[in-house]
Amino acid sequence: MTRQDLRGLTRRQLLSRSLSAGALAVVGTGFIAAPNAAWAVEVTVITPEEMATLLQMARDIYPHDQVPDQFYAVAVKGYDSEEQKALVAEGVAALDAAAKAAGFDSYVAAGWEEDRVRLLQGIETTPFFQTVRSGLVTGLYNQKEVWPIFGYQGESFSQGGYIERGFNDIDWL
Amino acid sequence: MVAKFDLNDDSVVVIIGTGAGGGVLANELAQKGVKVVALEAGGRYLPEDFINDEWESFGQLAWLDARTTSGSWRVAKDFAGLPAWIVKAVGGTTTHWAGASIRFQEHEWKGLSTYGKVEGANLLDWPIDGAEMAPWYDKAEAKLGVTRTGDRAGLPGNNNYLVFEKGAKALGYKEVHTGRMAINSADYDGRMACHQTGFCFQGCKWGAKWSAAYTDIPRGEATGNLEVRDRCHAARILHDDSGKVTGVEYFDKDGNLQLQKARIVSVAGNSYESPRLLLNSASSMFPNGLANSSDQVGRNYMRHTTGSVYAIFDKPVRMWRGTTMAGIVQDEARHDPSRGFVGGYELETLALGLPFMAAFLNPGGWGRSFTTALDHYEHMAGMWIVGEDMPQATNRVTLSETKDQFGLAVANVHFDDHPNDVAMRNHAYRQGIAMYEAVGATRAFPTPPYPSTHNLGTNRMSEKPEDGVVNKWGQTHDIANLFVSDGSQFTTGAAENPTLTIVALAIRQADHIASEMAAGNI
Repeated sequence: MTRQDLRGLTRRQLLSRSLSAGALAVVGTGFIAAPNAAWAVEVTVITPEEMATLLQMARDIYPHDQVPDQFYAVAVKGYDSEEQKALVAEGVAALDAAAKAAGFDSYVAAGWEEDRVRLLQGIETTPFFQTVRSGLVTGLYNQKEVWPIFGYQGESFSQGGYIERGFNDIDWL
Repeated sequence: MVAKFDLNDDSVVVIIGTGAGGGVLANELAQKGVKVVALEAGGRYLPEDFINDEWESFGQLAWLDARTTSGSWRVAKDFAGLPAWIVKAVGGTTTHWAGASIRFQEHEWKGLSTYGKVEGANLLDWPIDGAEMAPWYDKAEAKLGVTRTGDRAGLPGNNNYLVFEKGAKALGYKEVHTGRMAINSADYDGRMACHQTGFCFQGCKWGAKWSAAYTDIPRGEATGNLEVRDRCHAARILHDDSGKVTGVEYFDKDGNLQLQKARIVSVAGNSYESPRLLLNSASSMFPNGLANSSDQVGRNYMRHTTGSVYAIFDKPVRMWRGTTMAGIVQDEARHDPSRGFVGGYELETLALGLPFMAAFLNPGGWGRSFTTALDHYEHMAGMWIVGEDMPQATNRVTLSETKDQFGLAVANVHFDDHPNDVAMRNHAYRQGIAMYEAVGATRAFPTPPYPSTHNLGTNRMSEKPEDGVVNKWGQTHDIANLFVSDGSQFTTGAAENPTLTIVALAIRQADHIASEMAAGNI
């Protein structure tokens, strides 16, 4: 988290947060957004801080440095719902409690990925973690907009398959 | 022209399931003038309906009704409610299959005689052999248009195959080629040639891959002797006081219970649903389920020893382009106990799209070890292991406490790897990794088995009634007019993809049933 826009932060929190990874910003009370305003997620049920935690979790569970935050945001925005509210609130609270016990202000305030991953490993068997992780498998990787980042070309029938588009074009063997 | 038979017409053959076994049997019987009602739990999808999108297609075609799992196999942990990746649709799993069509090796018909007694395994010889099956394999290969059989040319190799072939040859493997595939290398039998589109698992939109859905089913219907009732879920097979089956109760597409009378019933719902139906048909006369005096219904479940090897190279491969299963190494398919296991295995190329790779590369995996593999998806090559696994009496389909949408007990699938399976898989992982390292792979992944696609053995064929469920014609030992027509008949699994053998057995069975009917024996 390069910038935080929450009022009332202590200096220590600010310093701590300034070390954390990602590019999320909790903006005002109803949504979080990228500092460059490239995207934003409005939250109506869970808190912006909880959504920011989910986003950081998504990045730490399936970290792809070449995949912008907006795709991770799409993958977790469904947790802003009445059905998921309790799961998220309890899960984030437990994760932050573990972070505090480990000397961090919160999970997202732990600056190094390896520190956050250690915290996640501590909750790996919980329904909260497993729900978020398994949801990301489709939530993140089944976004068609993500596929080109990995080079995957998706549907090919409408283009006549690859018979004339490189099915055997390997040139380095 | 499409037939419509009365529910009370007790002269029909009722076939449950329309895949490689049931779909072929239905057409073959209809061609011979036998009246057939085929009950299919799924809907009807044709090439124009198939979807080049892994998850969307999965939602369209996969059998997603409840099942439960137990045992130490990893699938029970990773995919507890989805032990099999098979299809619920007219044509069954012939829509999803990759198309590999290879015959059993001679010795594989005689597992017990060839391998000897293997501790913990319930091996048995088939009551048939390669000589008996040769003419039926010929017919099956012609029906499916199998490449590299008859005068049909092989398919060209895609990028994934070219990497695989180079690695195989570097290791000294000799039997390496683009496979005997039920995918047209040239137009054949009214179906187009392969366009190297990929998405073979999602249903071939060109119809280049053989599927019963757009070959045997419509051809059978065109005779006026076959009625396919889709979205009809068989619930119970009924019998009379003499112990002969008399009809099938099923839930129709509106959820209403119907009863179709029958002269003969054939079960072809794949190796979970077929034993499940026999077990769910228990009566006061047959308290352990139909055709189960041997207590073998549901037992000896086999799924092939599988796993995958994916590897990353420093340059692009783009394995998803072209035929999903684009080539094979057969050198390890031999029986050679010096490797530390009996039986053998095939190595076949396999490619998954990014969404399925994320789901199957290392189920449950997360963090950078996992994601750096996917980061190089474009540089990845992949292969699948398919080897003979040991039949075990305790690997079995039983009725679960869980009920389906109709209130019927669902199948519980219990499986533990046999030590022979583990030894074979580990050998195959080592060989697969060595192949890719020989081409310069920088990282390799021994990927665990996916939900099972080759489900076999749960109503096995045996010479003696006490050893199995059906005789050499797929006719149940206990009930003369009850047959099994799918892969659940398999006595042992062999190393080969099973569809060609299922089709050959179905063509042969149709011949037998028609002549027995004509003779008035059943």
